[in-house]
Amino acid sequence: MEPEDEQSNSMMEEICSNGGEESARTRPIISGEQLDVEAYASLYQGRTKITRLMFIADHCDIASMQLEALRMAYDEIKKGENTQLFREVVKKIDGRLGPNYAMDEAWCDSVDRRAEQRKEKLENELNAYRTNLIKESIRMGYNDFGDFYYAHGALGDAFKSYVRTRDYCTTSKHIIHMCMSAILVSIEMGQFTHVTSYVSKAEQTPEALEPVTIAKLRCAAGLAHLEARKYKLAARKFLEVGPDLGNSYNEVIAAQDVATYGGLCALASFDRAELKSKVIDNVNFRNFLELVPEVRELINDFYSSRYASCLDYLGNLKANLLLDIHLHDHVETLYDQIRNKALIQYTHPFVSVDLHMMANAFKTSVAGIEKELEALITDNQIQARIDSHNKILYARHADQRNATFQRVLQTGSEFDQDVRAMLLRANLLKHEYNVRAARKL
Amino acid sequence: MQSIENLVTQIQGLSSNASDITALKDYLKAGEDLLRSESTRLLSFLDQLDPSKHSLGYLYFLEPCMYCSITKERANTLVPIIARFITSCSAEQIRYVPEKFINVCKRYKDQVLLLEAPIRGVGPMLTAIRKIQSSTEHLTTLHPEFLQLCLLAKCYKAGLSVLEDDIYEINLPRDFFLYCYYGGMIFIGQKRFRKALELLHNVVTAPMSSINAIAVEAYKKYILVSLIHHGQFSSTLPKYTSSAAQRNLKNFSQPYMELVNTYNTGKIVELETYVQTNREKFESDNNLGLVKQVVSSMYKRNIQRLTQTYLTLSLQDIANTVQLNSSKEAEMHVLQMIQDGEIFATINQKDGMVRFLEDPEQYKTCEMIEHIDSSIQRIMSLSKKLTAMDELISCDPLYLGKAGRERQRFDFDDFDSVPQKFNI
Repeated sequence: MEPEDEQSNSMMEEICSNGGEESARTRPIISGEQLDVEAYASLYQGRTKITRLMFIADHCDIASMQLEALRMAYDEIKKGENTQLFREVVKKIDGRLGPNYAMDEAWCDSVDRRAEQRKEKLENELNAYRTNLIKESIRMGYNDFGDFYYAHGALGDAFKSYVRTRDYCTTSKHIIHMCMSAILVSIEMGQFTHVTSYVSKAEQTPEALEPVTIAKLRCAAGLAHLEARKYKLAARKFLEVGPDLGNSYNEVIAAQDVATYGGLCALASFDRAELKSKVIDNVNFRNFLELVPEVRELINDFYSSRYASCLDYLGNLKANLLLDIHLHDHVETLYDQIRNKALIQYTHPFVSVDLHMMANAFKTSVAGIEKELEALITDNQIQARIDSHNKILYARHADQRNATFQRVLQTGSEFDQDVRAMLLRANLLKHEYNVRAARKL
Repeated sequence: MQSIENLVTQIQGLSSNASDITALKDYLKAGEDLLRSESTRLLSFLDQLDPSKHSLGYLYFLEPCMYCSITKERANTLVPIIARFITSCSAEQIRYVPEKFINVCKRYKDQVLLLEAPIRGVGPMLTAIRKIQSSTEHLTTLHPEFLQLCLLAKCYKAGLSVLEDDIYEINLPRDFFLYCYYGGMIFIGQKRFRKALELLHNVVTAPMSSINAIAVEAYKKYILVSLIHHGQFSSTLPKYTSSAAQRNLKNFSQPYMELVNTYNTGKIVELETYVQTNREKFESDNNLGLVKQVVSSMYKRNIQRLTQTYLTLSLQDIANTVQLNSSKEAEMHVLQMIQDGEIFATINQKDGMVRFLEDPEQYKTCEMIEHIDSSIQRIMSLSKKLTAMDELISCDPLYLGKAGRERQRFDFDDFDSVPQKFNI
């Protein structure tokens, strides 16, 4: 890390000479280009690879990319036994990829037939185990059932089967296994409340967990928080993911995703100090960030107040992030929050700010920056007022004394009013009592 | 056998001291039927009595006159007589038979209204209230009647003298509802919206076993005044509100709830079209004037919001952001608001800029300190009253009986002092 004062020096320069320098620094931004579907897909395996590919196909406007994604999804499904997904993909391809990617009824039938047989076999086995009352065998039986359902795309049944194994778990290893399976299925189903509860169940097991498992659990918890729009918690979870994760959890999440999700959530929700200590100085997380240099760069840019370049990176990343199955819903909110944070941070150290310079630094017009600032001031996020005539933003220092007087007087009159109203109501109630009592007499 | 002449002499004889008056009261009570049967002749005897000395007797003679059908001519003769009686009668004597006095006053109000001259009733009615009430905290049946007269006569200021007293003792809930409702309207007329809100709020949250029309009308006005004064309205009622009110009020004031929703969008055009389309509904409730004030309050609200964000702003920009037609119009609005003390600003007409200033109040003048001191005193006396009330209730056998019955069995953990129902 650079020494602090040097950094702040460069920061000052940055603010004074924004714009001019921006054009000089033209770093190649790789992710600005079209998403390389094949490279992207190779990060994942299993069901999530298929769903991610299908998600891209659904949300992408470029026909070639759509077809590419569908083609890979088709190939991937053919390796598995999920006929339901297969039919869906074929319908989406709609014959656009030639005869090799048409409906393969024979394959479907054979897979389905085999599935029937296997199901029957599993049922028989499970019944046998149950009559014998051997816990371990029953657990295995249910587990096999879960795997079977999962492979065939019946996620609800898979979840039920996995959860049923719980009663037959004898060691904490079994419990962890059950929890991990349940988490996997719930993530696929999008049931993130289940995810949170099973993560906490897994963390409560008495024995020490393996580092990989811990990392996986952190990822799952982070995803759950992300879905619940609790970005700060999500960021914390992703930042805690250990380096052992590697590629071991790529049926759910790739290490690159941990960096992207964690980085963006942290930017949107952390303050400067937290950003420095938990993200930039975090040796663990730096390894993840190395995988996605754009995110690393934009976080550093943000921290050293090079907002224009930071926003550039964000803008370039946006198209690809919108194609991410977990992040797409949150991109807009996160971006807004990051931008607002940048605006707040920019104005924070100054008594007055020239709006022309600020607009320059944020690559927008003066009128635009005025609108954004207005919204933030109304929200009470920036304590300042705009001199619209001279286009200058002045910081506003609240007068504590006056504010206190104001509040005291207001509280006093509210109390006055409340007490009088209360006495009145009490008297009315009492009166009604008297009337009733009088009637009884 | 009694005769009216007899009664008159008795009255003249027995009006000097307290014991005589008690005797006279019994005597007159016995003669009540006779007086009623002779009601047509009674007026002529009134000349023989002095309203200030023989107040009790005068009252007994006056009351039956009120029961026969009243024509305009008769009202014309009666009104001055009653007015004279009310202003000159002795307070001690009439308090022996308050219900008769109240009756006379009510009839008096009807007659004044019949003559279409409500203003004639305002003065005497105020005197009547002062004479009949035991203390300024006492709410009499005459309060609402008086306030209604004030409203009809548009003498809002006269009404204020009564409204500024804090009332705690209440005879009939209906009096209270009407008092607060009319009082709220008087404060609205005076544009003292904060007080108006307080009174209307009292009506809405008053304990009631079933919903009543007064509360519904009060709620409608409450919504409107709240929009004018605060620029917002929260539809959740406080939890001490009776369940009847909580269930029903919103259903009875649908157009108003929708008005709130349109207001919250912040778009002046939408609000105006909504008001235009629902004009008849508001008009039939006699609330159209208030609704119009709601619309104009929206401009104010928007301008006020600008003062929070801007130090200077051109009139044209103000006109654009608050959706006014021209900068001229914006200038008028800003000017009016500066005059009313709602914003602090200066207008520079040369380049059409408005400069918003901070609140100049520094809270260090003598008046401010006095004001704060008086508020503190007031609150201290209030909280004393509250404690006294609390003690009184916790000793009240009726309350204890009821509270004991509500709690079926006494466990040791049950000793929270007040059961939930009495959460006032």
